[in-house]
Amino acid sequence: MTLLTIDKDHWTQGLAAAADHYRLFGPVKEKDQHQFKALEKGRLPDLDLVNTRLSPKDLVFPQSEIMLTYSLDESREDHHIMKEAHTDHAPRAVVGMRPCDARAIQLVKLNFDTPDVKDPYWLKAYEATTFIGMACDTPLSTCFCTSAGCGPYNAEGLDILMMDRGETYLAKIFTEKGKAFADTAGWNQATPEAAEAFVAAKEAAEAKMVSTISTDNLADTDLLDLHGAPFWDDIAFACLNCGTCTFTCPTCWCFDIQDEVQGKSGVRMKNWDSCMFPIFTVHTTGHNPRDTKTQRVRQRFMHKLKYFVDKYQTGIMCVGCGRCVRQCPVNIDIRRVCELMNSFKPADACVAQG
Amino acid sequence: MSGYTEKMREIAGRLLGDCSVQMVIGFRKGTLPMMNEPCFVTNPEQVPSLVWDSNCGINLANYLTNRKEKIAVFAKGCDSRNIVNHIVENKIKRDQLHIVGVPCTGMIDKRKITGMVNGEILETTETEDTIKVRTAEAETLFDKREVLQQNCALCIHRNPVIFDEMVADPVAEQTDIDRYADVRKIEEMDSKEKWQFFDDLLSPCIRCYACRNACPLCYCPTCFVDESKPQWVGKGQDPIDVRTFHFLRAYHCAGRCTDCGACQRACPVGIDMRLLTRKLEKDCQEQFGWEAGLSLDQRPALDVYQTNDPGDFIK
Repeated sequence: MTLLTIDKDHWTQGLAAAADHYRLFGPVKEKDQHQFKALEKGRLPDLDLVNTRLSPKDLVFPQSEIMLTYSLDESREDHHIMKEAHTDHAPRAVVGMRPCDARAIQLVKLNFDTPDVKDPYWLKAYEATTFIGMACDTPLSTCFCTSAGCGPYNAEGLDILMMDRGETYLAKIFTEKGKAFADTAGWNQATPEAAEAFVAAKEAAEAKMVSTISTDNLADTDLLDLHGAPFWDDIAFACLNCGTCTFTCPTCWCFDIQDEVQGKSGVRMKNWDSCMFPIFTVHTTGHNPRDTKTQRVRQRFMHKLKYFVDKYQTGIMCVGCGRCVRQCPVNIDIRRVCELMNSFKPADACVAQG
Repeated sequence: MSGYTEKMREIAGRLLGDCSVQMVIGFRKGTLPMMNEPCFVTNPEQVPSLVWDSNCGINLANYLTNRKEKIAVFAKGCDSRNIVNHIVENKIKRDQLHIVGVPCTGMIDKRKITGMVNGEILETTETEDTIKVRTAEAETLFDKREVLQQNCALCIHRNPVIFDEMVADPVAEQTDIDRYADVRKIEEMDSKEKWQFFDDLLSPCIRCYACRNACPLCYCPTCFVDESKPQWVGKGQDPIDVRTFHFLRAYHCAGRCTDCGACQRACPVGIDMRLLTRKLEKDCQEQFGWEAGLSLDQRPALDVYQTNDPGDFIK
């Protein structure tokens, strides 16, 4: 790992230099909200933000992505033959992502990059991307990353982690990808003595976190007991079954594949899907194994807080970014649900008297 | 309105205690400032969780659709009009309901207040006329009338139109309200400007369908955008598919929408889709003299034919 100091003038010049070799993405403010977008030439990422409304997961997992194209025009020789769609996988860098969002991509990677199955669309985009993080000194009251296996200075999944020191940024370079980006940007002012600044700032940021969850009992609680717990109707009642929580969640990865045809030309595309949507599990017979709202809501929380925990042993499928908490139209709060799940004891369990 | 909570708990406790109803639908305190969560209670011990303040904007009629229980529900003016819709459209029976009327002075607009202060809002406290907002740095006091949801600021039916008992005496109805100034402005645009306007309006949509799902009118067993055999509308982010969803949904609510604002309140990206439904509401008033949800005895405007219905659109 290398430590660099980047003064802010040099930051701007460096990004301009990097833009010749990378497509740059970063948070920009539009209307009242920040969101991650491709930065046109000369536009700087706006790093004065708390957390974006949508996570940058769409940079590797777009909401709608064309996978294959085809023609139904029988006068063409290649009619009805699927061809891989052209997607730009030239080097690119996302600048200013939060540690929570970076860790989320690593959790999602467990799904798209397995020993048996590799999703080429996700992986090509992932491999083309350099992840440059900005440590978070302003956690919101709804952020609970430190108790969700993450933290405001967490480096997991990042090629570079930066922190803001006023006149300068301090940057830790972790990977070859990160080094290549810093070299391209011309950032090379090493500062070996500044390592403790990260430690102090990390502690200060963590001390600002006011929100926590407990997850210690989730792995040991019986899956079917939790599935049959009595609180699901109560949790699900207010739910609108909109997909807001799943769309804003950086770790939700579900998608649907659709063919769309206009005239004689067609595409096969993948679109974000959501376990909140009634159609999500409908079989071709018309049978829907998750026919009720309660079943769908239970699925989302069981997936995040139990199935994932059991399957991967890497903790919960949540990084504590708080987006679903802030944006749920009816205030269903994953922290409250996690508390209910984590403290759940089946009715017939023997509790030691003491 | 902040004094309603105690009375509501008393009513809910009584109705559950004497088995007049099996469940009471209301709100419990949210985990975030300016948020409450719709909830139900089924026994008197849970009654203390019920609350009421200016953050109860989601329409509770939405939670009645196709329910089988005997239910008590708290109903603001707009909720009560949607309950009328529900009864008229056979989504619930009148005798299944014990409607507890809630005279309403309007719900506050969380997004608007958030935009008016710097920093994260950590706490709000309200009185009858004011909302005090605390951030880490400062406290700001707002006149409630300045920060109402727009539909509440324009509301002309604050009192319930149907109820079995009331939480409090009726409040004064607002008069001399021009409900459609912004709609008229759009009507005056030429088609190019209109196209641009609606393009901008709908471009942030992420197709989460919170607007549809928060709406008590949207109860089709399968929505046309979810229909897959055959599929009617593309599911991606193509602007034409996004517009198709919004325009068709609005048309489906014509003559039924009460402008409760639940759609806009629920939208995570702040789209004012009420501009579409209010244009239809205005047309219904001008052409059919019809306002939705006011009477159990009248069929909705688009559900019935009358000889004086406008016919000049048929060429």
